[in-house]
Amino acid sequence: MNLIKKMLVGAALCVGCSVMMTTTAQVSYEQLLNAADQPENWMTYNGGYMSQRYSLLDQITRDNVANLELKWMLQNQVFGAWQSNPIIVDGIMYVTERPNSVMAVDAITGRVFWKYRHVPAENARVCCGANNRGVAVLGDRVFMGTLDARLVALDRVNGEPLWNVAVGDVNQAYSVTMAPLVVKDKVIVGVGGGEFGIRGFVAAFDAATGEQAWKTYTIPGPGEPNHDSWEGDDWEHGGAPVWITGSFDPDLNLTYWGVGNPGPDWNAGQRPGDNLYSDSVIALDADTGELKWYFQFTPNDGYDYDSVQVPVLADMVWRGTPSKVMMWANRNGYFYVLDRVTGKFLEGKPYVRVNWSSGLDANGRPIPTPQPEGMPTYPGNQGGTNWYPPSYSPRTGLFYFSAWKDYATIYRAEESEYEPGRAFLGGGFSVLAPAPGAPTIGIGRTNPINNWTNEVGHASLKAMDPQTGEAVWEYDQFDVSDSGMLTTASDLLFTGGREGYVHAIDARNGELLWHLNLGGQIVMAPVTYMVDGVQYLSVISGNSLATFALRR
Amino acid sequence: MTNYDTPDTKIRWICFVAVCFTHTLMAQDTSDHQYTSEAIAAGGRVYVQQCALCHGPQGDTVDGINLRRGVFRTATSDDDLRQIISSGAAGGRMPAFDLREEELNGVIAYIRAGFDPSGVAVKIGDPARGKALFEGKGECANCHRVNGIGPRTAPDLSEIGLLRTPASLQMNLLDPASALLPINRPVRIVTRNEETIVGRRLNEDTYTVQVIDSRERLRSLLKTDIVTYEISESPSKQPTTLNSDEVADVIGYLLTLRGLQ
Repeated sequence: MNLIKKMLVGAALCVGCSVMMTTTAQVSYEQLLNAADQPENWMTYNGGYMSQRYSLLDQITRDNVANLELKWMLQNQVFGAWQSNPIIVDGIMYVTERPNSVMAVDAITGRVFWKYRHVPAENARVCCGANNRGVAVLGDRVFMGTLDARLVALDRVNGEPLWNVAVGDVNQAYSVTMAPLVVKDKVIVGVGGGEFGIRGFVAAFDAATGEQAWKTYTIPGPGEPNHDSWEGDDWEHGGAPVWITGSFDPDLNLTYWGVGNPGPDWNAGQRPGDNLYSDSVIALDADTGELKWYFQFTPNDGYDYDSVQVPVLADMVWRGTPSKVMMWANRNGYFYVLDRVTGKFLEGKPYVRVNWSSGLDANGRPIPTPQPEGMPTYPGNQGGTNWYPPSYSPRTGLFYFSAWKDYATIYRAEESEYEPGRAFLGGGFSVLAPAPGAPTIGIGRTNPINNWTNEVGHASLKAMDPQTGEAVWEYDQFDVSDSGMLTTASDLLFTGGREGYVHAIDARNGELLWHLNLGGQIVMAPVTYMVDGVQYLSVISGNSLATFALRR
Repeated sequence: MTNYDTPDTKIRWICFVAVCFTHTLMAQDTSDHQYTSEAIAAGGRVYVQQCALCHGPQGDTVDGINLRRGVFRTATSDDDLRQIISSGAAGGRMPAFDLREEELNGVIAYIRAGFDPSGVAVKIGDPARGKALFEGKGECANCHRVNGIGPRTAPDLSEIGLLRTPASLQMNLLDPASALLPINRPVRIVTRNEETIVGRRLNEDTYTVQVIDSRERLRSLLKTDIVTYEISESPSKQPTTLNSDEVADVIGYLLTLRGLQ
């Protein structure tokens, strides 16, 4: 009894210490700028403005990774895929829960300090689940976007709301599912709603007041350049949402955002033209939102090939020239290397089977080869990859991401009429199955039994060499994976998958070093942080957030 | 550097697409087992004139009946439908219709095709005769279990009438290789300690596989312990040798298997 009491007192004191630390700790913009140099914290969605999801922590190594043991678990109290990315600052973890709750959690014990609940408006609409992918931090504040298209600022110490502003019109099915990006004194978010005929945009808000600082539409209006890539009034409800957190280059003062599909999704013939800036990456001035350049991956897309992947930035000697590049494994099946100063196309190659296009021209524009009606299109509707965050390790020089191999769908286009707030899809699709009526892959995994098998599609972790645009090695899984990637300075790669395994892989050669069945689908990237000299690894599986450290 | 697709699976998938979307590949094999597209079209014309007034354009306006989806109050086989249309039913609320043989066939074809002029209209026979064929001459019960009776090595068919359409059941009987679900493909595994396991997969992931073996034991294997792992492209059953009327009877029986009521 005495021992237990002592332990409890000790734990209470320790927790008390952490609280004391946060009351004084501020997260400055300078800290965010140098997030990579403070690997004990995980301060932005993608682990720093370059979005490399690469940590300098190296306590866990290839030699001792098999000694990882479970330290604590946090159970989600709601049903549905848990896609949240935890933020960790000075031993406190900020993690969101469906639909729009934020928890502050002791990163050593997993116990919760406070929980804030935002109840979205009843008419909030999202296509694919009440997802929220996490918060952003600045100063003593935490910021969360909501399903009813609002942006909320909370006090980081006690979870009290400080301001709550509208980002978009919930009645027209605008939503925010991404984690915001903080740059300088602004909180920047994009909007979801590409299946509901919104007109997408990115908007910045003053972190202190919530006042909107700028707003840039992803579809140019009348009189703006590239408005003529749409006909008639198609641009008014042409989709082009932005639902994944972007990146930032402080030297160029540019923020980069992946833009989603045009609407209606599957009837490209109903909206003739390139439909800019759908399925593009756009570079926006961080202070004004002004569009500096764009690169479109999939013009006039009829396959739902959202380009909402994370723009991964790196400075490297690229084919002999010191370059500021952006690496991008796109949902359309091509891997790209772009010059992020100008948006110039440098390289692009298919990384899975692609038959909607026969290749890219010198400017990176795809040569379309639409398949006859009823025939399968590769990659299928969920894409060769999707929103799952990749990682780039400056040590190996490789770019890692989850690809879906051997996965195809059969598209069906039909005329759709736009109605505000209603689904605007333009048809549908079915997944190609090896036998009629066979089970196929859905958006998420709800069955512990894989009776669809790898013949319908399966995951392949690809380690891409940006110098060649080719995979150096691959690691296949039996089911598909929506898991992101984490690499460390000890050349470890951590990832998950729908089967519920967390895998530790040698980032240099793809050798499996450790794996553990956590039981629930892993649909976000693992993160790592350090408290009191101990490196932790956190991964969300199913309804559980599991945190590991080395056995002492 | 990447081998995107083995030639085998590519061919198989393209075949499936062809079957599904053009109905050409199997036309010769199934002609005895299905109504013709002419019959379906003719039946559609008769339906609009004679039946739609009460049953509605979608066949769903009479309580407890959905003709397009194959939901009937009492009928199971094509002969049942023939009898009801010719003689009437429900105490005269369904009147008797005096149709010519080809008109009658056409209406049944139209119903069996799900009101789809380009659909497949499978002939459905007598469940009692089908049960006898299933347990006897057809040799189905040698591997399949129904309502607690029979071996467990092949999938249990107690609910198959809820899970499969008539067209899918027909394809399973006539061309099992093209209809077999991937998870049901026969597997042959040799373990590191030289045990050979023949059976059927129940589940699989990156590192393990769960099977029911030929002795009906549930086995879970680590892939690192497996030396040989073969998944057969061809099912353990051959295309049926039953004639078209017998196949229709077996389909009729299978459609009555709807689990514990």
